[in-house]
Amino acid sequence: MAIRKIKEFAIEKLILICGLASIFFVVLIFLFLTKEGLSVFKTVTPFSFLFGKSWYPISEPAQLGILPLICGSLLVTLGAAIISIPIGVACAVYIAEIAPGKIKEILKAGIELLAAIPSVVLGFIGMVTLVPWVKTTFNLPTGLTALSGSIILAFMAMPTIVSIAEDALYSVPKSYKEGAFALGATHWQTIYRVLLPAASSGIVAAVMLGIGRVIGETMAVMMITGNAAVIPQSILVPVRTLTATIAAEMGEAVVGSEHYFALFAVGIVLFIISFIINVTADLFLHKRKF
Amino acid sequence: MVKFNIKNLNIWFGQIHALKSVNVEIEANEILSIIGPSNSGKTSFLRMLNRLNDLHPEFKMSGWLEFDNEDIRKINIEDLRKRVGMVFALPLPLPLSIFDNIAYGVKMHGLKRRERVSEIVERSLKQAYLWDEVKDRLDVSAFKLSGGQQQRLCIARTLAVEPEVILFDEPCSGLDPISTAKVEEAMLKLKKDYTIVLVTNNVKQAARVGDRTAFFLSGELVELDKTEKIFTAPADQRTDGYIRGKFG
Repeated sequence: MAIRKIKEFAIEKLILICGLASIFFVVLIFLFLTKEGLSVFKTVTPFSFLFGKSWYPISEPAQLGILPLICGSLLVTLGAAIISIPIGVACAVYIAEIAPGKIKEILKAGIELLAAIPSVVLGFIGMVTLVPWVKTTFNLPTGLTALSGSIILAFMAMPTIVSIAEDALYSVPKSYKEGAFALGATHWQTIYRVLLPAASSGIVAAVMLGIGRVIGETMAVMMITGNAAVIPQSILVPVRTLTATIAAEMGEAVVGSEHYFALFAVGIVLFIISFIINVTADLFLHKRKF
Repeated sequence: MVKFNIKNLNIWFGQIHALKSVNVEIEANEILSIIGPSNSGKTSFLRMLNRLNDLHPEFKMSGWLEFDNEDIRKINIEDLRKRVGMVFALPLPLPLSIFDNIAYGVKMHGLKRRERVSEIVERSLKQAYLWDEVKDRLDVSAFKLSGGQQQRLCIARTLAVEPEVILFDEPCSGLDPISTAKVEEAMLKLKKDYTIVLVTNNVKQAARVGDRTAFFLSGELVELDKTEKIFTAPADQRTDGYIRGKFG
């Protein structure tokens, strides 16, 4: 009897520790990030860091304004969202509502495969196919633009958006659909006026998680957006994102230098942005209807 | 006048033979009650009348089913469902206000003018005996209503698209006796203008409101006659047994 109790106790605590570990590591990462990142504010004010228009970390004196990077990230993300949201949601509606059994299975498998492609491979394909296409189509000096990045990232956001939105649509009670049909609604009216509104919180969450994936993506954007740290005037110019900056410069920054701390501060900004996006997604996912 | 003329109707869901050679004529402006134990095919029968069974991927049918002397499969399905409304077992308000729940179907069928829509909402709520209880709060969420009120809201919503026939699928199964009485009162009044088909698990309800009563068992129509006849001198032993509560 006593042995059973001890076993029970031990297992319970072990599971508790495993559960706490994930939180513990997040807190640890966050603390490390803040400790390193906040040091940059000894030399620049938070305002001039966030809204400074030039990023020249190795000039003398260093100019550490990340506004061009924030703009770059937001522009690429916005472009990717505009492309992937309509296609992704429409794809989810097709899979959940319209596609006959076989096609549905094939599509779902295809979407999962898309999610499995490593981002560096997508970036590589983008570099040799998309970038020249953008260059000739828009008659630009270079095809390494925010638009190219947006298109490739749209592909990366799509699997997340499709699979979560499809789940949301699928979990709308069947009785809603029958109720709409019984009133004489057509299939499209049922989808548009009953299913989509009823699944709206799940769809918003899907979109937010898709965007979260896009904003944190590094490799593909670094390969095809051109990495010019200037505030973009249009979507057809090279941009540099927050993530690409960290990835490209961390190797050459001297540990303990201003540049090094600034990159950590960029990490904090990125962390906060993803955090906000994930919390918003969570709020929508758990929103109680009415 | 005959609203529905059903001859030798058989339906299957995959391997399951859900209705076996059913013959029924449903008259205009009558309340036809359908009773029978679960799995007797009574709901499948009801869902034939607005072709809701078509949603089932393995549904098959044979036989003859006429609505207003027209083959039901030749009628445009949306028109059919507008003309043959349905009220479900569980009240199913949409996540909208009381007003919008009723205006919803009306707008869907193309009516846009605000004052005309308001008129229809008021008329439908009055017909469903809900108007007096909700007239001061048409803009609150339909989920704020009690179960009985929600069910009458669903009846009003069905009435708003001006059907000719209303199908009730166990409309009172989740309601208390007082709400049930109100729904039954509404049904008796509605019979003047509409044809009503009522599927119910409550034998006494069939006796209270039905002009005629049909008894289904294992997919067969055992007996169909005037309600008094079914409840006083049924022709079939099985009907007698079911009504007396010997099985089911």
